[in-house]
This record gives sequence, structure tokens and C-alpha cells, in this order.
Amino acid sequence: MEKIIVIGNGMVGYKFCEKLRAKATKEQFSIQVFGEEPNVAYDRVHLSEYFSNQSVSDLEMAPRSWYVENDIELITGELIINIDRENKKITSHTGLEASYDKLILATGSSAFVPPIKGSEMQGVFVYRTIEDLEAIIEYGKTSKKAAVLGGGLLGLEAAKAMLDLNQETHVIEFASRLMPRQLDQGGSDSLKSKMEELGVNIHMNRNTASILGEDKMTGLEFTDGQLLAADMLVISCGIKPRDELATQCGLEVGTRGGIVVNDLLETTDKDIYAIGECALHKNFIYGLVAPGYEMADVVVDQLLDGKEKVFESYDMSTKLKLIGVDVASFGDALCEGTPHKPIVFEDNVEGVYKRINISEDGKSLLGGILVGDAEAYGMLLQVTLNGMALPPNPEDLILGSRGGEAAEMELPDTAQICSCENVTKGDICKAVVDQNLENIADVKSCTKAGTGCGACTPMVTDIFNDQLKSMGKSVKKVLCEHFEYSRQELFDLIKIKGIKSYDDLLDAHGSGDGCEVCKPAVASLMASIWNELILNQDTIQDTNDRFLANIQKGGSYSVVPRIPGGEITPDKLIVIGQVAKKYDLYTKITGGQRIDLFGASVNQLPDIWEELIDAGFESGHAYGKSLRTVKSCVGSSWCRYGLHDSVSFAIEVEERYRGLRSPHKLKSAVSGCRRECAEALSKDFGIIATDLGWNLYVCGNGGANPQHALLLAGDVDSETCLKYIDRFLMFYIKTAEPLNRTATWLNKMEGGIAYLKQVVVEDSLGIGTELEREMDFMVDTYKCEWKEVVNNPELRKKFTHFVNAEIPDPTMQFEAFRGQKKPVDWDVALVESK
Amino acid sequence: MTETLAYKTVTTEEVSTWLEVAVEKDFPSNGGVCAEYKGLQVAVFNFTRRNEWYATQNLCPHKQQMILSRGMLGSEGEEPKVACPFHKQTFSLKNGENLNGDHCALATYPVKVENGYVYVGFKN
Ligand code: SRM
Ligand SMILES: Cc1cc2nc3c(=O)[nH]c(=O)nc-3n(C[C@H](O)[C@H](O)[C@H](O)COP(=O)(O)OP(=O)(O)OC[C@H]3O[C@@H](n4cnc5c(N)ncnc54)[C@H](O)[C@@H]3O)c2cc1C
Ligand code: SF4
Ligand code: FES
Repeated sequence: MEKIIVIGNGMVGYKFCEKLRAKATKEQFSIQVFGEEPNVAYDRVHLSEYFSNQSVSDLEMAPRSWYVENDIELITGELIINIDRENKKITSHTGLEASYDKLILATGSSAFVPPIKGSEMQGVFVYRTIEDLEAIIEYGKTSKKAAVLGGGLLGLEAAKAMLDLNQETHVIEFASRLMPRQLDQGGSDSLKSKMEELGVNIHMNRNTASILGEDKMTGLEFTDGQLLAADMLVISCGIKPRDELATQCGLEVGTRGGIVVNDLLETTDKDIYAIGECALHKNFIYGLVAPGYEMADVVVDQLLDGKEKVFESYDMSTKLKLIGVDVASFGDALCEGTPHKPIVFEDNVEGVYKRINISEDGKSLLGGILVGDAEAYGMLLQVTLNGMALPPNPEDLILGSRGGEAAEMELPDTAQICSCENVTKGDICKAVVDQNLENIADVKSCTKAGTGCGACTPMVTDIFNDQLKSMGKSVKKVLCEHFEYSRQELFDLIKIKGIKSYDDLLDAHGSGDGCEVCKPAVASLMASIWNELILNQDTIQDTNDRFLANIQKGGSYSVVPRIPGGEITPDKLIVIGQVAKKYDLYTKITGGQRIDLFGASVNQLPDIWEELIDAGFESGHAYGKSLRTVKSCVGSSWCRYGLHDSVSFAIEVEERYRGLRSPHKLKSAVSGCRRECAEALSKDFGIIATDLGWNLYVCGNGGANPQHALLLAGDVDSETCLKYIDRFLMFYIKTAEPLNRTATWLNKMEGGIAYLKQVVVEDSLGIGTELEREMDFMVDTYKCEWKEVVNNPELRKKFTHFVNAEIPDPTMQFEAFRGQKKPVDWDVALVESK
Repeated sequence: MTETLAYKTVTTEEVSTWLEVAVEKDFPSNGGVCAEYKGLQVAVFNFTRRNEWYATQNLCPHKQQMILSRGMLGSEGEEPKVACPFHKQTFSLKNGENLNGDHCALATYPVKVENGYVYVGFKN
């Protein structure tokens, strides 16, 4: 067994472990990883998201448990300070020693801090690690005015972050252009005006002489003598490869830093590889994650002596994220010194700048720049990378909304769509066919495409849709053979035309006699719109809704009374116990913080509910595609960490939305602090207490494809929180496809969470108050379905097994089980029923 | 599958006894009820929308569940069908064939309605 040691638990170091474990058995290699940072490897690319929801776990590449499961010994908070190449040993700052057969240096880089007087002062930060951001957030609380040194990719991202920290923000760029490596003058100009619209002040051609102040910084002085007052400074002037270890043990390093590697990523010592941002390949440091992943791939191939892969140059196209302005540059963006024909499109009103560089023979696309509208990025990048033939008039590539012609161009299967995970178009199409994937979320999780920087998601979606089309699957989601409409279209028809019964809808807008697909879907729509008793149309309801209980193996039903927030009095507990005893029901605490009573025959249901309702219970709608539970943690009333009373709020939320019918079930939770004991981040809408109020997260999911909820609004008061939930839920109810949970719905949404924020928080569609009104209507018209049934002899009659006999189904069989009962197994029942 | 032998399709010609199931108004519209006859369970459907009546065994051949009377009615093309509540297997109401799987067919029984009463035909 070969002993591999990885120094550096960053993005690339992690990816190396992932790839090695995926390709080789645990017996072939033992892996030991040393990381200087206290946290396990996290997604530095999305570091800025830490500002919006300060959760390390959201950023983790994989939880600690992953390393355990994969037999990887991970030691964090340990800085390696010495490599002894003779004896193949390394030593850490605490004196830990370990020996290796092969050593992987994945030490990345640190922020480059130019030698400016005063950079040691308080208020001066770099922007590289979670610790940096925590320090910045803390300092930001007392600071009003922030400067960012450097107008490159990272500088602008940092600037946006400062803006979000409510700082008056200034960007200082030494060159005469923003993002000088990626943009030309025209591109820089329109980006500058866009950034200024956002409220970022930009200072070009400024050379910083010194940072002013005593122990705390107070401002900057430029070489031209001008001054700029500022409470804090974020330095973002590029990166410095972490090659100190290589130097210490005498490996060759570049004159301007970086560990020298060959095309196999070997350093000058064959047993030591360097990958990621610390590696200097052909005199070039790759400051992006995708090339780093590629390097990891090559080294894994080396260790397995595949020896077929080599690392050559890598495409540096980038799309800037998170700054509220589309910016992309691809291929040879500037073509400095390369003969080419540029085509430039400029729209100063919209602040759009597009440039593409056509080869002299006019046959191929060399590269280009997009500012203000980067929708065509994915396609243009593909055209460039694959040297695809250009349309007759190449300007079509950047004119017209979706990149015009380009959108229609057929990509080769080899086209690499997701560079972070190196997924080709072929991979995606194959996955869609072989595993017949139904939605983009599954495509992402199965192929990993779009799970890196996310820039390729639009492309992935297009390819997925085209593939479905080619397989004859309709992409326009019509409900079924009986309705040529999508769920959303039917919602509008029902609402606008005031249609109240399924049959009327089928007569007016459908064909045939309906089926098990459209009937429940329409039933759910009508419930969401009119909120009338669903049993008025009992035969279009799914069986659980029809009998207001979940059908179980053997044909018995379960009873789940609502227990808002999971809070229940001893007296009510006793009642549940008594009812369960009396009707011999199996009882279990559910995963939703309430109690499920299983094994009731259909005839018993009304009597059982009558007793529960008399004791003050109401339906828990466990049977409906509707609000299930709002879990809570005990919160500030008892917990020593609690910030607010999460139980009271959970109860308020559950009672507001109880019985609300929706495209799929809805779940929620309220946690009293960031420790998150209520698991709110796995819910359709989750609420977590903060010092200032509540953070509202949406579109989380447990179940088959777990997904953490995303921050919709931070530090809001209870009233605003409910307002946003009203809007969010109604928007979901109106626009989702049948049986799509909120997570799936969001994953399919153009523009994702950013767009959802606009609609719900900024009310960009101007439908906010309408959505609230509709929700108020649902809340005001809520009735407990079981109360209605219990008090209505006609409805009670429906709860029988035989029309011509008063007995329960005699074939229903149970057996004793751990002091309670359980239904006999399917196959046993099968034999018995002969 | 042997275990459903207990249920055998009966044609109108073969009927020896007409079981009076219930009065018409005891049937939900576009839905079914379950009738008991000599230990057999039969699902009787009132397909209001098509103005048709059907009867099949109540036992779903997929997992042997006595449930089809609580199934949902619908059509596939011209074919009237019932969907089992448990796993949505669908069966033709005309000949009992399993439309979306290869489970054995349902036994079907003739239904007649006479002055407000609904009858299902059996042969002894
Ligand atoms: C009873 C319970 C298991 C338990 O004993 O704890 C349960 C039981 C069922 N779950 Fe669940 N789920 C229960 C909590 C959960 C949870 C945990 C939670 O809610 O915090 C989850 C994961 C969270 C989530 O939903 O995101 C969960 C994820 C599912 C899923 C997967 C949903 C998904 O998006 O992938 C299904 C399948 C579905 O709904 O399509 C499902 C479906 C079901 C069904 C309805 C399957 C069925 O059709 O019979 C089960 C009904 C049993 C019954 O008759 O009551 N159940 N189910 C829990 C009832 C909670 C309650 O009080 O209402
Ligand atoms: C704010 C920000 C935004 C970014 N945006 C993008 C983007 O949009 N697209 C993109 O492609 N790239 C982006 N990047 C760059 C990307 O994050 C890096 O390319 C990537 O993280 C490189 O991975 P790495 O593993 O080589 O280095 P790192 O992720 O830095 O990991 C190196 C790790 O090794 C540790 N280490 C170093 N020396 C030692 C030692 N002696 N002992 C123990 N541990 C050690 C370090 O502490 C660090 O944890 C961004 C970077 C930042 C900071
Ligand atoms: S996890 Fe599966 S088996 Fe368990 S309750 Fe949920 S649906 Fe049923
Ligand atoms: S038991 Fe009827 S479909 Fe499974």
C-alpha cells in the first residue's frame, strides 16, 4: 500500500482526494491530509456567499464525515513547516511527523500584499479565507467607508461585498482599465459605469503611496499627493503562490514565485507533485479552480501509472459572478499582437458592451468580451473552444437577445460544458438517456455539471431540454393526455374563469375522461384557489386526500393530529394514548415532531377523529400535498443559547399556513440560533433566529435529493418574515409543476435564487400585495377538514369498506410486534388471500 | 398468478344470480364502492361521465390489496380504466387488462341498473 500525503486541504487538495478515492481502492493508497486552516476544505470560489449566510457548512466541499467514510486521515489546523526529502518525512509546527511515499503539494496561494507603508495597521484586510471574512464582517460593524485596492476579478467581487456590508465603497485601480487582464478599454468603460450605478466609486490610474493612520487606518495617500479617507481597506492585488515549503526543501521555484512543475505536475523531485495555485506550469500560475482540478486529475492518473494524461495549457475564460453586473471574457479576449478582426457592439443606454475577435480568414472565433449581458457566454465559449464554423454573418453571434444564431448552433458531443467538473455535452446527453433524468436538478447531481462555479448552468439546461426534445419528450410540460396545458396555465384558467369543478374544467378545456394524473393535480389547484372542502369532489382526490388519512400496507389508514411546533401538553398526550389504546393503533413519534397513529380501518376514522377533535386536536394534513409540520427547537424560553422564542414563532407559522394545499408538500422549521437544532435549512422554508431578527431560508429539501435552503432575507422582523413567506408560497403555488418540491422548482427557475429574491423581496413583478391578498384569503377560509366530516352524517357515510355490510375489510390482517401491532407483509397477505 | 383464481370473469350470459348491491344514489359519481358476496369482494364503479357501470374484483393483483373500489377512474385513449390507490397500476374496466404493467388481468362482472337499484352478476 502506497502512502500519500497531501499538504493543503483546499479546493484542489480536496478534489485530489475525491478523484483518487473514486479511481483507486482504499487498499492501494492510504491518504493523509494536512491543512493549515481550521476548517475542512471549503468552496473558496463562492467565499463571498459567506457574507449573506454565515454558514461554514454550506461552503464545505464535503463534511468531515466524508473523510472518515473514505478512510482519509484529515488533520486540520496543522501547518507543515519542513520537508525532509532524504528520509521522505514532513514536520508540522506542533512537531507532528509523518513519512510519505508520494507527496502532493496543494498549498495554493495567499493574497499578494504590495510593500505599501502602513499595511500592518488595523482595518487593513486581505480577502482569501473564512477567517479574513469574519474579521472584515466584525470590523465592518464600526466602519462606514471601505476602499478596495485592485480593480481585478477579485477586487470587484470584494467591492460588491463591501457594498453589501453597507460601506461607502471605493475601488482603486493602478491601471487605466478595470480587470486589465480580461477587458479592453471599451469593456472596462461600460463595466465602470455599471459599477458606479451600483454605487461603487472607481478611481483609475491611482498608485497608492501609503496607508494613513496611527494604529487604526484612516485613509490612503496616492503618489499624485491626493488623499482618500477610509475606515478599512481590502487589499486584492493578485496572489502569491505558497512555495515556502518548496524553497525550504530545495525544489525549484520560479523567479516570481510558484513551484516549478512539468506536464506531469512533477516537481524537480519525482516523488513530489505540486497542483493548484501553488504550481508554476510553463511559467504560468493558474488563478482559477478548474485548471487545478485538471491537475489533480493528471496526478491521480500518474499514481495509477495510467500515464496517458498530461497537463497542457488551460483555457482561462472567466465569467464574473455575484457583482450584479454580467461580465465575461473568453478565449483570446484582447488579441494583443494576434492578427484578428474585432466586431464590437456597444449600447451606452443599456450599458452593454460586446466584442468578438474573428480570425483574419473570418472562419473562426478567437475570443471576446461581454459586459452588461453575458447570456451568450456559454455558447460563444463553446464556439471558440471547439473551433466551430461561424454563421454567414458573424455579428449574429452577439446581436439578438440569446446570442441569436449561436443558440441554434449544434455542439459536438466532445464539447466541454462544465469546466470545473470537466463534463462534456456527451456525458450530459448520455446521463439523460441512460438514467432517464426528468429534471435539471437530477442532471446536476448525476453528472456534477454546474456544481462548480455554476457559470455553465444555462448551457446545461439548454442541452437537457434539447435532449428531451430529441427523445420526443415534450418540454412544454402539459399535464397529461387530457389537458394540453401546463399546471400554471390551468391555474390561471381556473382562477380567471372561476371554474369550481373538475368536470366543468374538463368539458371546457380538456378531452377524454381524465386520469390519476390530472385529477389530483386539478384537485390541488382548486384547493389552492378556492379553498373549499375537498370532499365535495372526493373522487378526484388522491386516495390519501379522499379519506383524509394516509393509506398503509394492507389498506388500513394512519391518523396524524396537528401538533404545532411539536409542542404538546401532558393532557393531550394522554388523550392520544387513550385513543390509540381504545382503537388498538400503532403509535410512533414521526420525523416531523408529532405522533402518527397507524392501523385504523376506514370505518373507524370518523370516530377516532371525533374523539381527537373533542380534545382540541385538528387535522395534521399528513395525507395532503399541503403544509405538514413546522418543527421547532426549544428556543430562548429554555435554551441557554436561544436568541428568540422559536417555539412561539413556529406555532404562529404553522397555524398561519395549516391546510394550505400546494403542488407538493410543504415543510418548515424555526431554530432559535445558528446551532440550528430544528434543521430549518432542510426545509421548504426555514427560519433561523439572528441577533437582529430572523434569517429566512427557502427551497431546502431533505428526502431523496437533500439540498440546503438558501437565504431569501436576512435579519427581518417577524412581520416581514411572514410577509415574505406569504409571497414566496403563493408564487410557488402559482408557478410550480405538479409534484415539484420547492427545491426542484427553484432548480428549474431561470435566474435561480437571485431572481426569486427580486420577485419576493424587491417585488420586481409588482405582484407582492396580490400574493399577500391571496394568502390572506387562504388563511381566513381555513377549516379543519376532519371537523367538517365528523359533524356531517352524509360525509361520515363515505367512510365504509362495504356498501352492503357494516363490517371492516376482513382481509385486513395484523400481527403482534414489539408490544404493538403491524400489518402482515405483502407476500404473506398474498398467500392468505387465496 | 394462482391466488386470484378465486376471482373469475363472468359474462352476462353466464349470470345465475344478480346481487342487489345498493341504490344508485349510494354510489359516488365517477367512483366506486365495494360489495361483499360469499367472501368475495367486488368493486362496482359508477362512471357517471361516460354513463357506464363496471364491476371488477376488488383485489389488486400487484400487491394483493383489497382496494380497487377506492381507485380513481379515468380513460387512456378510448379505454375506461381504474388506477389502484397504492402504486397507480391501471386496469381496463372493459376487460381487466393491466394497462401500465404486466400484472394479471382483473376479473370483471356484468352490472345492471333497474329502477334505481344496482345489481352485479355472479355464477355459482
Ligand atoms: C410518518 C413519517 C415517517 C416517520 O415515521 O417519521 C413519514 C412517512 C411517509 N413519508 Fe415521509 N414521513 C415523515 C417524515 C419525513 C421527513 C422528515 C421531516 O419531515 O422532517 C422527510 C424528509 C424531509 C423532506 O420531506 O424534505 C420525508 C420525506 C419523504 C419523501 C421524500 C420527499 C422528497 O422531496 O424527496 C416522501 C416521498 C414523496 O413525498 O414523494 C415521503 C413520503 C412519505 C409517505 C407519505 C409515503 C407514502 O406515500 O405512504 C409516508 C406516509 C406514512 C403515513 O402514512 O403517515 N416522505 N418524510 C414522517 C411523518 C412526518 C409528519 O409528522 O408528518
Ligand atoms: C474571493 C475569491 C473568489 C474566487 N473566485 C473564483 C472564480 O470565480 N472562479 C475560479 O475559477 N476561481 C476563483 N477563485 C480562485 C480559487 O478559489 C482558487 O483558484 C482555488 O481555491 C485554488 O485552490 P488550491 O487548493 O490550489 O488553493 P487553496 O484553495 O488556497 O488551498 C490551499 C490550502 O492549503 C493550505 N496550506 C498552504 N500551505 C500549507 C502548509 N504549509 N501546511 C498546511 N496547509 C497549507 C492553505 O491554508 C489552504 O487552505 C477565487 C478566489 C477567491 C479568494
Ligand atoms: S422513508 Fe420511506 S419507508 Fe420510511 S416512511 Fe418515508 S417513505 Fe415510508
Ligand atoms: S397494490 Fe395496487 S398497484 Fe400496488
